[in-house]
Amino acid sequence: MDLQIALLLGQDGLSNGAIYALLALALVLVFAVTRVIFIPQGEFVAFGALTLASLQAGRLPGTIWLVLALGTVIALVDGSRALRGRQFRRIPWIVLVNCGIPLLLAGVLFAVSAASLPLPVQVLLALMLVVPLGPMIYRLAYQPVAEASVLVLLIVSVAVHVTLIGIGLLFFGAEGSRTPAFTDVSFELGDTLLQGQTILVVVASVVLIVALYFFFERTIYGKALRATAMNRTGARLMGISGTLAGMLSFTLAASIGAFSGILISPITTIYYDSGFLIGLKGFVGAIIGGLASYPVAAAGAILVGLLESYSSFWASAFKEVIVFTLIIPVLLWRSLKTRHVEEE
Amino acid sequence: MSELDGEGEKTVVLEVRDLSVSYGKVDALHGIGLKVHRGEIVTVIGPNGAGKTTLLCALIGLLPVRGEIVYLGERQDAGRSVEKLVRQGMTLVPEKRELFAEMSVEDNLLLGAFDRYRAGHRDQLETMDDVFDIFPRLMERREQMAATLSGGERQMLAMGRALMAKPRLLLLDEPSLGLAPLVIREIFRTITQLKKLGVAILLVEQNARAALQVADYGYVLETGELSLEGPTRDLLTDPRVVESYLGLGGRH
Repeated sequence: MDLQIALLLGQDGLSNGAIYALLALALVLVFAVTRVIFIPQGEFVAFGALTLASLQAGRLPGTIWLVLALGTVIALVDGSRALRGRQFRRIPWIVLVNCGIPLLLAGVLFAVSAASLPLPVQVLLALMLVVPLGPMIYRLAYQPVAEASVLVLLIVSVAVHVTLIGIGLLFFGAEGSRTPAFTDVSFELGDTLLQGQTILVVVASVVLIVALYFFFERTIYGKALRATAMNRTGARLMGISGTLAGMLSFTLAASIGAFSGILISPITTIYYDSGFLIGLKGFVGAIIGGLASYPVAAAGAILVGLLESYSSFWASAFKEVIVFTLIIPVLLWRSLKTRHVEEE
Repeated sequence: MSELDGEGEKTVVLEVRDLSVSYGKVDALHGIGLKVHRGEIVTVIGPNGAGKTTLLCALIGLLPVRGEIVYLGERQDAGRSVEKLVRQGMTLVPEKRELFAEMSVEDNLLLGAFDRYRAGHRDQLETMDDVFDIFPRLMERREQMAATLSGGERQMLAMGRALMAKPRLLLLDEPSLGLAPLVIREIFRTITQLKKLGVAILLVEQNARAALQVADYGYVLETGELSLEGPTRDLLTDPRVVESYLGLGGRH
């Protein structure tokens, strides 16, 4: 391996690592706030990428049907609860939010031909189709069992994951999609070519991570999420309900997932089930951070990206094995250095 | 004490009738009835395990109850929840403080006003200044992590955080727990100060003497039932209270 290949692999590893880092952050966030191990995180990556690809191919993305269906079910569930509780004033609002907005989206999709829209609008449209799935899935799958044990929540996660994979196959078919690069720009760095898309992925990830940092450090909603992660009872007593925190963290996780999918779809071909493996690598990063530390999780995820990239050069057949085996020494190291957790 | 004389005309903030709470088949509280008026400190004293904390957790909506709770003239129904009660100005300072340990004092306080922020109020900074006036120590520690505070400061922060919600009814669970006598005196001095702001306070305490000295009206809770009640000046001299809770004239 000469320097040129090393740089190329490094570039690849960094851009993948940046995506894994985003996913790792989302996984840590969701786990810290709701105790859910969010296995379906990767599906949002695939849905984001494939929804954008369908839009660009001029097809109606199946995601809209899912948004409509989930919205209707939520409207029925919440509406009947409001009826029983005689809170009639809430019903129009429930219907408007859960059915009205998806219908409006569907109307837009039917009215305009998405393929001819400029790329940023397509990206925005794809995000608007995929991100609502996060809070909707939280409402239907997790909120009813929010107080259950981590194991029960994990089982729900597996169910949601399998269901979404099936729905993905139904909507997008078995063949993969790749979207055109956002930019054709490339730079020469010595003998190596730096792809504009790779730089874009890294820069966008860094921007998103910085934005998340500001959200958690500077805004009251971000602080409320951190507070929920630190002390659930304390947060509830301040009026920060578990439902609100759950909805918010799932919205963020879905946004991060869909955004990641859109970022990598010009680099890799994404299939309906590609998300799982990508999410799992983010998960390895999150585990390195103990599902608790954001910076360590992000660093761990970048390490995963680099390890993956270099091992694909030396031992291509064992690339996944090497990446996932990383978890064993990490767990060993974590269990050896575990400290006693203080109360309060 | 003169404020108490017009008791009949004072607004009732909280009224509880025949309240029972059970953990599974075990009755933790049985047939509780009590009243808290505006600008009044009511205390519930009793030994360990009498159900004092259970009572407060039940009132704030953390535990399901049987019986009747009327808060601000409104009968609480099955749909009551912590979030709704917080929105209506009921705030609990829990026994364990439940602070956000890895956040600064300032952020802890700010989150105390989270629900007011959500409801559209933007007066957090002024409220925080008021809280700093009451607890100057928190002002000095504003940048520090909550986890690094001393026991007394933690209690102050928990109370300050609760005050950020501008409560109408403040539920205090054992504010003296684990604190040095001098600190306890300071905390209780603050509690009397809060009363002047018009907040109704329900104070649950094991430290009966301190509680009875600041409160206007008191209840004695024993094994899940109220055994005695009355204005605190009467309770302080009641032989049954003196014998079981105050000891023979010893001050601390």
